[in-house]
Amino acid sequence: MQINLTNVEHKYQKDTPFERLALREVNIDIPSGTYLAIIGHTGSGKSTLLQHLNGLLKPTKGSVHIGEYTLAAGKKEKNLRAIRKKVGIVFQFPEHQLFEETVLKDICFGPMNFGVSEKEAIMLAKESLHKVGLSEDILDKSPFDLSGGQMRRVAIAGVLAMKPEVLVLDEPTAGLDPGGRKEIMDLFYDIHKETKISTILVTHSMEDAASYADEIVIMHKGTVYETGSPREIFSQSDQLVSLGLDVPNTVRMQLMIEQQCGRKLDQICLTMDELSEQIESLLKRGVPK
Amino acid sequence: MMDKMIFGRYVPAESPMHRLDPRAKLLMVFIFVFIIFLANNIATYVVIGAFTLLILNMSKIPAGFLIGGLRPVFYLILFTFFLHLFFTKEGDLLFKWNFIEVYENGLRQGIFISLRFAFLILITSILTLTTTPISITDGLETLFNPLKKWKLPVHELALMMSISLRFIPTLMEETDKIMKAQAARGTEFSTGPIKNRIKAIVPLLIPLFVSSFKRAEELATAMESRGYRGGEGRTKYRLLKWESKDTILLAAIMVLTVLLLLLRS
Repeated sequence: MQINLTNVEHKYQKDTPFERLALREVNIDIPSGTYLAIIGHTGSGKSTLLQHLNGLLKPTKGSVHIGEYTLAAGKKEKNLRAIRKKVGIVFQFPEHQLFEETVLKDICFGPMNFGVSEKEAIMLAKESLHKVGLSEDILDKSPFDLSGGQMRRVAIAGVLAMKPEVLVLDEPTAGLDPGGRKEIMDLFYDIHKETKISTILVTHSMEDAASYADEIVIMHKGTVYETGSPREIFSQSDQLVSLGLDVPNTVRMQLMIEQQCGRKLDQICLTMDELSEQIESLLKRGVPK
Repeated sequence: MMDKMIFGRYVPAESPMHRLDPRAKLLMVFIFVFIIFLANNIATYVVIGAFTLLILNMSKIPAGFLIGGLRPVFYLILFTFFLHLFFTKEGDLLFKWNFIEVYENGLRQGIFISLRFAFLILITSILTLTTTPISITDGLETLFNPLKKWKLPVHELALMMSISLRFIPTLMEETDKIMKAQAARGTEFSTGPIKNRIKAIVPLLIPLFVSSFKRAEELATAMESRGYRGGEGRTKYRLLKWESKDTILLAAIMVLTVLLLLLRS
């Protein structure tokens, strides 16, 4: 499903002494099936932006087109539910939204809200539980008896069970250990590849943005600073640093190597494999003394 | 949804009301709550209304914001007004239509009681709007200090109050967050049949309770690990300073009291 944001502006607490401009003149096009990463400093408007993607917030100016639906400033959209069924959001610390007596009931909550029958919801629940790498024997447990990592996975399963056409992820790995982090990110990537759903990832991790995204948007002071492919974005390391961001570890390593031996590698390396290949070919050609 | 809420909220600004000592403001509100019941005719309502307006004006809180924030109470005021209007059967009959009868005293009572309500809410809101929660508790603690003689745990009560005030914004933020998370999973909080809306409260309340308990425990651990042992021998970082303008405020409310006593019928 395609999403377009046109001149979106959002003011929090409009017309009160607390009014605050969070977004201005945001223009983003997200074609169907894209894996988009949104990066930016804390307070750059990332979270506000993603809440516009399923009508949790409405623009105070401009418009958001989600598939056939439009959310525009000052207009009432009646099909919010339909939009929310198609756009699933995994919020930061999604385990905070668990509330049911059993894991099964909690995962079924979303699908059943959107009118899926109980029998079908249970099937969806089991399917998404497998996707997040948990076994069926926790289905009857209380979600509050699980470990932090398991709770996170159950919460994610609850969103996946809604079968969204667009998956929005707000720092889904915050507070997880490195192992769990990679597992969760790989899981979202696999789902993205398998089902071709658009995935929008808000992240602080340059590594994740570099290794998974097709397209990166840099948010700065409430507006889009730059859009480009990971290679384009991460080849401008000075600019990223000036925005309070960073380059992925592989790029940093590459820059150090390039500085040491005074030679440029053929391309910006976004993954460990790419970097080792480049180093290998550099060594084969011989490092100048 | 809670953007326009004004209860318990502090609006940072530079104004004469902001600069007053919290004890003076607390005493003023305390006395005001009592003397508002002295008003019982047009003259007294004019006097107390003028006082309220003066205080509002001194607080530099935008009037639009105050009115917007009072909207939820507005219906309560309206309800009180009609209750008095229709059920007071004294004085001359002003209006009659089918079984609805409006008497002169009913109209008077309705207007007076609604005004009393509005003044009370405005004055108490001004207290919280112009005083930080911390100063309010500091003020209360000092005012209630003499009660320690009767074994009233003044410090503990003040601490409880400041903790709960401190966590109101946190709780609001969290409510907002969880509401959004559940709305993204298809819960409807503000549309649809009433029955569904009531049901929608469960997925909101349970996560809120869970996290509040967790937070309380964390806070207790944090306080203990920083050596908190209660109020005994504890000194204060912020010292309250009583100035002449605070005395003037108290004098003003005394004058108001005397005026009301003289003018009331």
